[in-house]
Amino acid sequence: MARTAPVSDWATDFDVLDPGYIADPFRIWDGLRSGCPIAHTERRGSNWLPTRYDDVTAIAHDIEHFSSLKVAVIPVDNDEPDDSPALEYGLPPISADPPLHTWTRRLLLPWFSHRRVETYVPLTRQLCRSLLDGFAERGQADAASEYAQQIPVRVIAHILGVSTDMADSFTQWVRDVLEFADDAERRIAATEGLLNYFVAQLEVRRHAPGDDLLSELLQTEVDGAPLEDSLILGIAALVLIAGVDTTWSAIGSSLWHLSTHARDLEQLVADPDLMPVAIEELLRAYSPVTMARVVTHDVEFGGCPMKEGDKVLMNFPAANRDPDVFERPDVVDLARAKNRHVAFGSGIHRCAGSNLARMELQVALEEWLHRIPSFTLDQGREMTWAGGQVRGPRVLPVTF
Amino acid sequence: MKIRVDPDKCQGHARCYGLAPELFDVDDYGQASVIVDQVPAELEHKAHLAIANCPEYAIEVVSDEH
Repeated sequence: MARTAPVSDWATDFDVLDPGYIADPFRIWDGLRSGCPIAHTERRGSNWLPTRYDDVTAIAHDIEHFSSLKVAVIPVDNDEPDDSPALEYGLPPISADPPLHTWTRRLLLPWFSHRRVETYVPLTRQLCRSLLDGFAERGQADAASEYAQQIPVRVIAHILGVSTDMADSFTQWVRDVLEFADDAERRIAATEGLLNYFVAQLEVRRHAPGDDLLSELLQTEVDGAPLEDSLILGIAALVLIAGVDTTWSAIGSSLWHLSTHARDLEQLVADPDLMPVAIEELLRAYSPVTMARVVTHDVEFGGCPMKEGDKVLMNFPAANRDPDVFERPDVVDLARAKNRHVAFGSGIHRCAGSNLARMELQVALEEWLHRIPSFTLDQGREMTWAGGQVRGPRVLPVTF
Repeated sequence: MKIRVDPDKCQGHARCYGLAPELFDVDDYGQASVIVDQVPAELEHKAHLAIANCPEYAIEVVSDEH
């Protein structure tokens, strides 16, 4: 895991990989918000950490000063996970600025429109039911590894048109790139494994195209020319990396909340119509994803002297706990009526897969609650959280 | 009541469509639009809900008249 020295002052020396931050970042954000709302650190380069909603969203909208060319929260010696020579364009559109961002995003968006996502519902529901078949009679399970972790990776495999037999490899590659990024050997090996796999898959589809995303990208022409392979690889890698750890974390955090808050669990089981509003509240309270931006030229923001090349960690999870925007932000109110959360980001980089993530979270919770309407966290066994770029339970022992 | 979505502000979060599909649609590229000329009185509370949940502050009341 991460190598971290103890943090003595969160305003001037924060570390998002600190075990205390991963376990409970909420008190730390509260302390910063009221005293020094944009924290700084020199760990892993010069990084800034805004904690207020207005600051996070303002930075997300200021694409002139804050570029998306570097979005990894955990860089190693400035060697980004997407710096592989095979990825000349990074992982567009997430790690791109306009104009590359604009047209690559338009290639992807129709695959994740609400109409298209509706067509993925039956397979998602069937998948959840078969996973539940595996443990529902057992009386206990690890809701993270046996359930949450197994769902998004298979839906993404379906969209990409690749075998779900690869689910465990996909999961490991994605975790190595996102969660264990400070272990260079592990991160580089995972990036290579993932890219080699997609290179081979592209070759297969060149000769025998299907109706999947990879095949469509191979057949796409822009200004009369086919897409370069490095662009297709970048987009494919992005769909996998961004579509697995994130949603799995949201499903796991939601199940953790319900396993530790009996009244909320009862409320949701008694009133299934509450589900669409409830998942937005769970996304707000346990937003999994922090992204990064890189400062394009020196700028003073919120009184902070940000230098060209500095990184800003886009603390969407803290923005969603800002008391200036959300009444009683630390209370999870599954019926919260006013909820402008930015769990999927803000501005032009709004998560392209948000409709899919939302659907997967809703179906996963519906099927779980239908089969296991009463469950609690198993206090006798240890649970663990991952953090950094993506926060969520990795071991979640529950009994029922 | 008349409402509109500002196309320059909308980023396709689709929160309006999720809360009030009777009033909004979102196209394949994430652009939301209002699909009714006049918001029916019985759906006004849903219009207000959509306005209060848009992360981009992209939904505007054009006219409050019934």
